[in-house]
Amino acid sequence: MLTIDALTKRFGQKIAVDKASVVVDRPAMIGIIGRSGAGKSTLLRIMNRMDNATSGTITYDGTDVTGAKGAAQRAWQSRCAMIFQQFNLVPRMDVVSNVLHGTLNRRSTLSTMFSLYPQDDIHTAIDILDRLGIAEQAAKRADALSGGQQQRVAIARALMQDPEIILADEPIASLDPMNAQVVMDALRRIHEEDGRMVIANLHTLDTARRYCDRVIGMRDGRIVFDGRPDQLTTGVARDIYGAGADFSESATSTQISTLAKPGRPALVPA
Amino acid sequence: MGPPICHPKGPIMTGITAATPPDLSVIRASYLAQVQRRRLYGSLTLLIFVMLMIAGFNIADDRNAGGFWAGLGQIGDYPADVLSEAWAKRADLPVLLWKFVPALIETINIAAVSTLLGAVAGLIFSLLATRGLAPWPRLIPVFRRILDILRAIPEIVIALVLIFVLGGGPVPAMIAIALHTAGALGKMFSEVAENADLKPVEGLSSTGASWAQCMWLGVLPQVAPNYVSYGLLRFEINIRASAILGFVGAGGLGYELRNAMSWGPGRFDEAAAIFVLLFSTIVLFDQVSSRYRNRLTEGQMT
Repeated sequence: MLTIDALTKRFGQKIAVDKASVVVDRPAMIGIIGRSGAGKSTLLRIMNRMDNATSGTITYDGTDVTGAKGAAQRAWQSRCAMIFQQFNLVPRMDVVSNVLHGTLNRRSTLSTMFSLYPQDDIHTAIDILDRLGIAEQAAKRADALSGGQQQRVAIARALMQDPEIILADEPIASLDPMNAQVVMDALRRIHEEDGRMVIANLHTLDTARRYCDRVIGMRDGRIVFDGRPDQLTTGVARDIYGAGADFSESATSTQISTLAKPGRPALVPA
Repeated sequence: MGPPICHPKGPIMTGITAATPPDLSVIRASYLAQVQRRRLYGSLTLLIFVMLMIAGFNIADDRNAGGFWAGLGQIGDYPADVLSEAWAKRADLPVLLWKFVPALIETINIAAVSTLLGAVAGLIFSLLATRGLAPWPRLIPVFRRILDILRAIPEIVIALVLIFVLGGGPVPAMIAIALHTAGALGKMFSEVAENADLKPVEGLSSTGASWAQCMWLGVLPQVAPNYVSYGLLRFEINIRASAILGFVGAGGLGYELRNAMSWGPGRFDEAAAIFVLLFSTIVLFDQVSSRYRNRLTEGQMT
């Protein structure tokens, strides 16, 4: 289905992604973990074609999308929706308009410039918002919403694209534990109910363990682990994060239960 | 604009309404109504805009001596004349370019002096007109109106009046541009100064510093990169302005250009040389100042 072959990205001297190869044969929920700077975001951005690869290929359903240009590139981008850490909504526009932005690839530039969206699309947008539990916010401005609500609007925009793949770049890194759980539950539900592939960069191990069918570990641009969550032992995690024996998993956790544990060790810099 | 975002009785009411979230069809209907309203306003605005365009065009076309559509076909004639004559005499171009360099220097001089004078005046006015910095807060509206007036009167009007009073030459042009620059820069400077951090000023005034000392040592270091950047932008604009003011007798390149153009055929080579000089000067200063401005604003971030 999705094949990433020896994908490499160089920024000058620095190699951000180093010959990454991944094969996904059926829609799955995949978590990518690793330290900041390990190349997780770059990998996702190349998949969405916001950045171009230096070498290597990405193939989806037999089509090479690495070199797609113009309309073909934008068509691919609409098939693999992206969710960002900072939500990346248009702040001064209302929630439904932000969700309707998911249809931009299908509509003409002129009609969208005047916000002339078909009524069916508007209904669909509100239905998606309802599915994510924020239909009451429909008419509000996006910047009037809380972080967790904004991220759900961003997910709604992604769903509006009706994509085959959802790429989520640190979707919960700027959310509190409660909202993080709501957002991750939503992503998991989208994977299970719609059968869409979800690939998420996660900064916490326990989230990856809890929500993903498959975990990919990256370190210094290379893929150093690719397997089921239960294969992810503490030793492997230490390898991925390049941490010593003092590495504690709860140090990377944002989950409420872990945080509430008494005697939580102080955050140790890796 | 839909339901109010924050109901005054919010905290009390939510306990009751939260149990029964509004029906999806209600949300749909109210959002669609909002969309309809927005589209109505949008199309009304568009309609007014189109009507103004048509009406304005018709008035202009009626007043025009030749008529717009009749003249449209001849629009390329004059440039073609100038270009063909200049091309025929292209061997003389370097000499002509050299001949007009003094006029170019005069134009740049006018722009430079007026930018400096205008920037100094704008700086003073901007600090007097900024909330939080002004020494006499009650007079802020007065200083703002002064800046508005300076900005509102076109340079060319001031220059024409001054040329009538003082006679032709670069000084009236300089004063005219400086006045306009003071108004324009004062407004921009005061917008920048509004965002300046007041804590350093507080710190300085706690040491017994005077208002001028507080401004000079507490505010200026914060806003200097932006001020220089705006000043450079204004310098570019003023080069163009001083060239245009030459047309009304203020000297410099514009004066020479008017002479060359009104002379008609025979001196079109001079007009072409002046165009080349003016164009390349503006491009040069534009490039230099944009590079410098980029460095200033980037340097500010790091």
